[in-house]
Amino acid sequence: MLNCRKATRLLSEAQERPLKLGEKLSLKMHVLMCSGCRNFGEQIKVLRRIARAYAEGADETATPKEQEG
Amino acid sequence: MVKFATLQLGDTHAAEDAVQEALIGAMQNVGSFGGRSAFKTWVFAILKNKIADELRRRQRLVEASTLLQESEEEAMLELFDSRGFWQSDKRPRRWADPEGALHDAQFWRVFEACLERLPARQARAFIMREFLELTTQEICTNLGITVSNLNVMLYRARLRLRECLENHWFQGGEGC
Repeated sequence: MLNCRKATRLLSEAQERPLKLGEKLSLKMHVLMCSGCRNFGEQIKVLRRIARAYAEGADETATPKEQEG
Repeated sequence: MVKFATLQLGDTHAAEDAVQEALIGAMQNVGSFGGRSAFKTWVFAILKNKIADELRRRQRLVEASTLLQESEEEAMLELFDSRGFWQSDKRPRRWADPEGALHDAQFWRVFEACLERLPARQARAFIMREFLELTTQEICTNLGITVSNLNVMLYRARLRLRECLENHWFQGGEGC
């Protein structure tokens, strides 16, 4: 059974290479039960999206929102 | 743009050169440029290429021993307990509206601050991979590291970045 450290490591590597079948299965099992790692998996995909938007200059076209008090 | 280039090249002079070259390149070819709204995107694309060229040229070698610094390892370990499960206060929570963040200028300031907090080498690996979209092989050659070194660096960069963004942006974002 994977712990969170190994699970997050695999989730990160999944961004770089296709996982092996065994890795995929044990990761799936873990993520089903672990909301933290499930969120982590979604967030590193968001990170990629954020990074690419930044590289395309999205920060320069964003609009300032009103500050909350 | 200079900030973007500095993060990548590691020194301000090289960054300013790259930006200047990109701008000159853009000016010279301005005739071939159509719509005005995408001008920034266009200059950024030129800059990205300049940076990638510069990085390919450098091919600097890094001692593998300095990669896995003890301090980094320790910083990472705080996220997990002794059995390797999330510490309860470090467990990733759901992010509210990540798409909306992309259009918020304030978010980008937080993002830049988080990026600057990364250890330099991790930041460089992350930027090469996620901003410049270089291949694993190109990054490894450039930094003089192995694929597994790179994967560890990217992993740590992601752990840190996501935590920083959660603490400084996505937390408490709900409900507004």
